[in-house]
Amino acid sequence: MQKYSIYNLVKNAFSNHENWDLAWKDPTPKQEYDVVIIGGGGHGLATAYYLAKEHNITNVAIIEKGWIGGGNVGRNTTIIRSNYMHDENGLFSEFGMNLWRKMSQDLNYNVMFSPRGIINLAHSDAQMNAYARRGNSMRLNGIDAVLLNREQVKEIIPMADFSENVRFPIFGGLMQPSAGTARHDAVAWGYARQADSMGVDIIQNCEVTGFDVVAGKIKGIRTSRGNIKAKKVGICVAGSTNILAEKLNMTLPIETHLLQACVSEPVKPVLDNVVTFGAGHFYVSQSDKGEMVMGGDLDGYNSYAQRGNLPTLQHVLTEGIAMMPFLSKLKMLRTWGGIMDMSMDGSPIIDKTHIEGLYLNCGWCYGGFKATPASGWTFAHTIAQDRVHELNAGYSLNRFSTGHLIDEKGLGTKTWIS
Amino acid sequence: MLYINCPHCGMRSQNEFSYGGDASVKRPELNKEVSDQEWDDFVYNRKSLRGKHLELWQHISGCRQWIKVERDTATHEIFRTFKADEEVA
Repeated sequence: MQKYSIYNLVKNAFSNHENWDLAWKDPTPKQEYDVVIIGGGGHGLATAYYLAKEHNITNVAIIEKGWIGGGNVGRNTTIIRSNYMHDENGLFSEFGMNLWRKMSQDLNYNVMFSPRGIINLAHSDAQMNAYARRGNSMRLNGIDAVLLNREQVKEIIPMADFSENVRFPIFGGLMQPSAGTARHDAVAWGYARQADSMGVDIIQNCEVTGFDVVAGKIKGIRTSRGNIKAKKVGICVAGSTNILAEKLNMTLPIETHLLQACVSEPVKPVLDNVVTFGAGHFYVSQSDKGEMVMGGDLDGYNSYAQRGNLPTLQHVLTEGIAMMPFLSKLKMLRTWGGIMDMSMDGSPIIDKTHIEGLYLNCGWCYGGFKATPASGWTFAHTIAQDRVHELNAGYSLNRFSTGHLIDEKGLGTKTWIS
Repeated sequence: MLYINCPHCGMRSQNEFSYGGDASVKRPELNKEVSDQEWDDFVYNRKSLRGKHLELWQHISGCRQWIKVERDTATHEIFRTFKADEEVA
């Protein structure tokens, strides 16, 4: 594989950059693979990369219905954080943070990881207490957390509404200074390029139409480009999980919902953190291009349409303007939607299934992007070793029947209430 | 914007409604032994169909009645609406 370096950049400049290698190939599916990963999103690509890198399993195919990185890894708001209270979520995400910090070097691909810090705003004394508790839990798990008072917040984000007579005054906030953002497309492309170079077949425009299961054991998959035999199959398809589960006669604790995001026109640098509104569901950061990147609530009903409706967008942006009034002056550049695999306790599932050789990675709700490296790493471990790693032991499929839910937000099963 | 034809009030915008989830889910009967699997299916497991989906909505800013809506989850098209106690063929 051609290394991306200043030397190669200069060298290729002499040939007008026309002789760069393709970043990944476009192979025809083979008859048989050791492992087939369904879903060429961030998690699927990362899983294939770690299967090859950590477990030396390279006879692997990624089967993608559309094109790689065209789903949620290309549709999210690029936020990376590990500010969770529960041990399972905190330790898992912090493991991921360590992978994020060295990802550009590992992948020889600039993912533009920018640890600019995230601030969750608090709007009451009770919320400050809750944040203090969460911050303490984070610190016990080795995650950085700083509780900020009103004045400290004002120093960092003076453009927020600090006037006295607002409905939700800012009392303070909880900050994770090491959280941040990354270039989401680069994450998908970086993993794809490395996985391809180690022998993984990335097969695009190939839809999975069925599974071959014999005597409780997976034998292969059926696709729009023919049957493919596989010793092991991993499902990594986010919002399409239920569609594949139906083909396996499985009913999962997951509903597919629609989440929108939007960006404003680009403006001069104004915000160098990620900020979330504490009295509703709104978050904002500023991209390197200058656009304000914003998102918030689910549209609130089951949906497979990758586009949303205006009422939710209006609701979300009303919260945004309450938090930072200057946003009302900006023009909207672009809005889009993606479909989320909302699990019934808000936490993901990375586990084996009742079918031997079939593994499941789903339930990421609207927090899948930051989990990309940790999800790929643990899913690769689960597939390669045929047992879960301690990091994803809590993310079991049967926790719903045994009562070991990981309900970080305390919302219960109503996924559409966010 | 979705427009939902409330069987009590007529056509209204989605802003007046609140979503209530899959209407095909049935609570296990009270007078019999209920297995863990049945509770699981009632509380957590969902088909989350792509295509025609029968679901509950509440006309929360209108008549406050619960209604059933048959809607396509891929196109958001709404086909039919029913009163909550109406049997859907």
